[in-house]
Amino acid sequence: MIKIKKDVVVIGGGPAGLAAAAKVYDNGIKDVMLLERDFELGGILPQCIHNGFGLHHFGEELTGPEYSQRFENKVEERDIEVKLDTMVLDVTADKKVFAMNKDQGAMEIQAKAVILAMGCRERTAGAIGIPGTRPAGVLTAGTAQRFTNIEGYVPGKKVVILGSGDIGLIMARRMRLEGADVKAVCEILPYTGGLTRNVVQCLEDYDIPLMLNHTVTKIIGNDRLEAVEITEVDENMKPIPETSEIVEADTLLLSVGLIPENELSKKADVVLDDRTGGPIVNEGRETNIDGIFACGNVLHVHDLVDWVTEESEIAGEWTAKYVKGDYKRSEQKMNVKAGENVAYVIPQSIELDAEDRKRIPLYMRVDKPLQAVDIILYADGEKLYSFSEPFAKPGEMISVPLAQKTLDDLDEVSEIRVDIIEKEEE
Amino acid sequence: MLEKKTITCVACPKGCEITVEHDGDEIIDIMGNACPQGADYAKEEIIAKTRILPTTVRVKNGALPLCPVKTTKQIPLELMDQAMNKIGKKEVEAPLKVGQVIIKNLLDTGADVVATRDLPAN
Ligand SMILES: Cc1cc2nc3c(=O)[nH]c(=O)nc-3n(C[C@H](O)[C@H](O)[C@H](O)COP(=O)(O)OP(=O)(O)OC[C@H]3O[C@@H](n4cnc5c(N)ncnc54)[C@H](O)[C@@H]3O)c2cc1C
Ligand code: SF4
Repeated sequence: MIKIKKDVVVIGGGPAGLAAAAKVYDNGIKDVMLLERDFELGGILPQCIHNGFGLHHFGEELTGPEYSQRFENKVEERDIEVKLDTMVLDVTADKKVFAMNKDQGAMEIQAKAVILAMGCRERTAGAIGIPGTRPAGVLTAGTAQRFTNIEGYVPGKKVVILGSGDIGLIMARRMRLEGADVKAVCEILPYTGGLTRNVVQCLEDYDIPLMLNHTVTKIIGNDRLEAVEITEVDENMKPIPETSEIVEADTLLLSVGLIPENELSKKADVVLDDRTGGPIVNEGRETNIDGIFACGNVLHVHDLVDWVTEESEIAGEWTAKYVKGDYKRSEQKMNVKAGENVAYVIPQSIELDAEDRKRIPLYMRVDKPLQAVDIILYADGEKLYSFSEPFAKPGEMISVPLAQKTLDDLDEVSEIRVDIIEKEEE
Repeated sequence: MLEKKTITCVACPKGCEITVEHDGDEIIDIMGNACPQGADYAKEEIIAKTRILPTTVRVKNGALPLCPVKTTKQIPLELMDQAMNKIGKKEVEAPLKVGQVIIKNLLDTGADVVATRDLPAN
C-alpha cells in the first residue's frame, strides 16, 4: 500500500469540497489533496442543468454545470492535487484516510486535517414503505435527473412525482419539456418542501397540478409500473380511503428527502446530530474530533448551493488555521440551541477564539411555515435581540447573524437559543 | 375587465407575494413588492411570461452523450415546446467549451443557445 503524507485531505469533489480546498490553499496551506470517486469534479451539479444557482454568491443566475465549472477552475488554477475515480473507504479519528483507485491501488494518507464533503443521498421507496410491487419505473428524482441530463435517456412517458422537494419539482418540468405527460406532484404535507420559485416556474408555468395533503398509497404493475393509487390524507397524515384514485403511470419519481452521507464520518468516531443527520460542529465547522471538519450536504441538507459555498469557505478557513496551530477550542463553550419552531441550527456550538470576526452566521430551518415572524435570540434565556421577516418556510434556509460585539459583551453564557415565532401584533 | 392577480415574485429568494390589478395588458396597481425589481417582474408575468430554457443537446464523439445548454436570455414561455423541438433536432461535435454558441438566434427570439459546460472529446 502506498503511504502518503498531506497537510489537508478533502473527501468529495462537489461544490463543498471544491470551495473548501481552494480556501485552505488561499489561507496559506498549499499541501492539499482532493479525493473524488466520480470521473469528474462537481458532485451533483453537472446533472443540475437548470438555472437558479449563484444569485447570492455571484449576483448572477447560473446553471449547475456553470456554477460548478467556476469552482473547478479555481481548484485547477491552484496547485491542488486532485485524484479522480478515487474512492475513500475509511477515515480514522487520528486522520488516516484510506482510499483506492485503479492506477495506484490502495493508499493510506496521513493528514493533519480532514474535510468531510461527501454530500448526501436520496431517500428511496424502501425508506418510506409504500405498499405494492416494486416494478421498473419507480426511481428517485435524482436518478431520473442523471438519466435524462447526463446519460441521455428519458425514463418514462406518463409520470407521477411523489414529494415536492426541489429535485422533484425540477424534474417535473424537465420531463414535461422532454415530452412526458406529468400528471401530478403529490405532497403529503399541507405545504411544499421546495423553493417558491420552483413551484412557480416548474409547476404553475406548465399547469402541472400540485396535490397537497395527498400521497401515493399503492404501486401497481408487475414488470413495469402501470399505475399508482393516489389518496388524500387527513390532518394526521392518515390516508382517507374513499378519496383514492388510480392514476395510470409508467414512472413514479420519488423526491422524498435527502440524507447526509455519513458512513465515513461514523468510522472516524464523529458524533452526528439526530436532527440534521450530519456531524455536530462548532462555528469553524469542526466536528467533535480535533482537525476533522465537515461542510456542504454532508453536514446538513442545503437548498441553495450558494450557502454550501459560504459554509465550505468557513470550513476551509478554519482548517487552514488548525494546521497552522492558530487556534484552540476555548474553555468556555456555548451551545447553540434550536428553540421554538426551529428544526435545527448550525453550528451547534461556539467555542473558537477569533479576534477579527464581526459576526457568526447561524443557519437554521423552521419546523412549520409561518407568515410574519420574529426571529429571537436568547443568551441563557435572556433576550438579546430580534429580527422580523415576512415569512419562514421549512424549504428555505434562514441565515441569522450573531454579532461578535454582542458575544463580547456576554460572559459565562452557556447557551444561545433561537426561536422563530409568529410576530406579535403591534 | 378589471382583474386582480397574486404573483409570487421569484426575482430574488425573498419571494414577496405581489398583488397586481390589471385590465388586460394595462396595469392599474401593484402592491406587496418590497423593491422595484418586483414591480417589473409582476408586470412581465401579466403581460408576457418569459423564461430561460435550460436543456441538453446531443453530442457526437463526446466524453458524454449530451451537453447541457441554455438560452442566453429569457424567451417567451409559450415558445418552450417549439424551442425544445428545435434543440432536440440538433447534434454537435465534441469538444465543446462553456459559452460556445450551439444555435444562433433561436426561433428569432434574439436568444442564442450556448453550452453550459466544457465537454472534452471522447
Ligand atoms: C439529486 C440531487 C439534485 C439536487 N439538485 C439541486 C438543485 O437543483 N439546486 C441546488 O441548489 N441544490 C441541489 N441539490 C443539493 C445539492 O446537492 C447541493 O446544493 C450541493 O451540490 C451540495 O454540495 P456537496 O459538495 O455538499 O455535495 P455533492 O454535490 O453531492 O458532492 C459530494 C461529492 O462527494 C463525492 N463522494 C462521496 N463519498 C465519497 C467517497 N467515499 N470517496 C470519494 N468521493 C466521495 C461524491 O461523488 C460527490 O462528487 C441536489 C442534490 C441532489 C442529491
Ligand atoms: S419584490 Fe423585490 S424583494 Fe420581493 S421577492 Fe421580488 S425582488 Fe425580492
